Amino acid sequence: MTYTEEMLKSMQLVAEKRAANAALEPTRMTADEKTNLLATYHPDYRQDKFKTITFGANKGEKAPIELVELLEANARIKAGDVDLEKPFYDVDVLIIGGGGAGSAAAIMADEAGAKVMIATKLRIGDANTMMAEGGIQAADKPNDSPAIHYLDVFGGGHFAAKPELVRKLVYDAPECIKWLSDLGVEFDKAPDGTMITTHGGGTSRKRMHAAKDYSGAEIMRTLRDEVLSRQIPVVDYTAAVELIKDESGAVAGAVLMNMETRELRVARAKTVIMATGGAGRLHYQGFPTSNHYGATADGLILGYRAGAKLFAEDSLQYHPTGAAFPEQIFGALVTEKVRSLGAKLVNVNGDVFQHPLETRDVCASGIIREVDDRKNGIKINDTTSGVWLDTPMIEYKNGEGTIEKRIPAMLRMFGKYGIDIRKEPILVYPTLHYQNGGLEISENGMSTVENLYVAGEAVGGIHGRNRLMGNSLLDIIVFGRNAGVNAAAKAKEVKLGKLTLDHIAAFDKERAEAGVVSDKVSPMLLPTYTHGNPVFEDKKAF
Amino acid sequence: MENMVNIYLYGKQYSVPANLTIMGAMEYAGYTLVRGCGCRNGFCGACATIYRIKGDRELKVCLACQTKVENDMYIATLPFFPLVKQVYDLNKIKPTEAVMMQLYPEIYACIGCNSCTKACTQGLNVMQYIAYAQRGEFEKCAEESFDCVMCGVCSSRCPAGISHPQVALLARRLNGKYLAPECGHLEDRVKEIKDGTFDELLESLMQKPISEMKELYNNREFEK
Repeated sequence: MTYTEEMLKSMQLVAEKRAANAALEPTRMTADEKTNLLATYHPDYRQDKFKTITFGANKGEKAPIELVELLEANARIKAGDVDLEKPFYDVDVLIIGGGGAGSAAAIMADEAGAKVMIATKLRIGDANTMMAEGGIQAADKPNDSPAIHYLDVFGGGHFAAKPELVRKLVYDAPECIKWLSDLGVEFDKAPDGTMITTHGGGTSRKRMHAAKDYSGAEIMRTLRDEVLSRQIPVVDYTAAVELIKDESGAVAGAVLMNMETRELRVARAKTVIMATGGAGRLHYQGFPTSNHYGATADGLILGYRAGAKLFAEDSLQYHPTGAAFPEQIFGALVTEKVRSLGAKLVNVNGDVFQHPLETRDVCASGIIREVDDRKNGIKINDTTSGVWLDTPMIEYKNGEGTIEKRIPAMLRMFGKYGIDIRKEPILVYPTLHYQNGGLEISENGMSTVENLYVAGEAVGGIHGRNRLMGNSLLDIIVFGRNAGVNAAAKAKEVKLGKLTLDHIAAFDKERAEAGVVSDKVSPMLLPTYTHGNPVFEDKKAF
Repeated sequence: MENMVNIYLYGKQYSVPANLTIMGAMEYAGYTLVRGCGCRNGFCGACATIYRIKGDRELKVCLACQTKVENDMYIATLPFFPLVKQVYDLNKIKPTEAVMMQLYPEIYACIGCNSCTKACTQGLNVMQYIAYAQRGEFEKCAEESFDCVMCGVCSSRCPAGISHPQVALLARRLNGKYLAPECGHLEDRVKEIKDGTFDELLESLMQKPISEMKELYNNREFEK
């Protein structure tokens, strides 16, 4: 890779100071320092990037402009576009989304004897789960307990999470690790079976379980294999474009659209589980994202239009270490595990400027301050600067071979561009990573709309206003399983009434009454990228 | 003026900026990707791609999201490949050589041509992990195949019709479930939670006012 003169000079300083930096134990910030840092530098505090929701269940609350525009946009279909009397699919539990949460839900609902179907707009496994690298938390070691885990989650999320959801998260964690193990997930273990665990940002105990730095991929491919082995129907390249209700107002299915032919089909279901994941591809505030191609907040849009309430919809997570160089992987995730293993954050002068394992919101804000305010970043191009993540420090501390064994995906990702992270530090800058908020659920996984369950990143309330590393892989399993069990049980007692799409017109009426005019349709389904080609300036993919 | 290169998407020529990945170049050229695009970060295997540089005999493979375009690149993507995945109940099979014989007998028809290894977008030693699977050495097969993203290019090149990624996945699940050492502290903790060991403590935490929770949080001890 071609480094600039400035990069090479700075890299030299990083190498010279490595030994001293490795020995350094940077202090953690005080509560007040963190509060001030966040208020000044965290993107969630940039008021001009947010907008008030003008109608619907969360009227009067703030959310990112891009999300509000989609929440208030027009439906893709009209009630008359499909014949609700003739459902093409008729199931007990319809799961929308084929990531980790949807797959875990499907397995449990199937186990409970329900007739289950997964509809997913890409393929099963094309999901943020697949890309989660660092690990999954569970308080299963003798020096740890669910109570300590609870405190880390609740405090790390700024005391804004729903306590009963946090309790479920930490309580079910060990059992979920066992469940995954029994399904054949290969966790990193010592020869005696002890889990090899590390810290994540904001964890007070080493409880990060991992499968190298393919933790999410290992979990996802195992769940997918189990779904397919159980022969649960997976309808791929098929997006949900609208929820269907019955005359009682309970959710009773969805209108599905073939992503390739655009054909519409009706799926009737006694219960629906929304497991559509995150929103990184909305590129809030122009940030790059670590998310997969389909992360466009579809579930939030569909749920909101059907009357479901959102929780903390104004809270996003910017992962401190997105790749900032080379440009081909701009915004890609550099797992927190790199810091768990000992790499420190270093500025242009080769100096460590903060503790590497503060919570993600604090850590990201500190990097933004170092670059934007203190001007201690390394210039990458006219629009981008970053800071060093001193990867060679990992092997300096832990010995040769550590990187290949523990973070092979990182070694490969940079290696493809001629960067050997064992020898050269890498440049990073925060990237849009996670939607802390989402559809509100109660402990049984149901949203505020009858028979609409939610699981995974589409849920709001589990992590408060900041999620800790390793608690997302955990939450998709805990709450995916939970939703599957409860949706299957509920399906047994549901008597479906006549199906309707009346909520579309009702929503249109609310929009008109609020005086909002929108020329947009939602859900977005896929982002549009043209990489600056002027010919396609106004292109819209979907 | 940006530095441009000529590439050929399915044989048709396009001029694209030289700094783009193959996936980016397709989008620059005007393609709307639905298939052949998943995580965009090298983990999902959706964008398996085969290419050849004009004048070069060698056929190369890559992930479109992880590879920069080059001048005179002839590109064909492989957004789907019909891998064979056998259906099984992991609880009812055991990590024996016979399992592979039963579920994926075609691995024993491997002729050792090594085309799979040459075709791996992750640079894995595919033929070696199939050899381990043939011998029932599931732990070795699991380790050797661990970084597989299941893109399927290996299988597209296999004269014996082996679905390598599925064989490896079965080996990894068998290894994870049956061969990896059991974890005592995990079993203990699951039991403690079931027995209600932490119920009172958790309940009291949930009842505490936020001010007290802040106090506890800000003064917690960190494991070194």
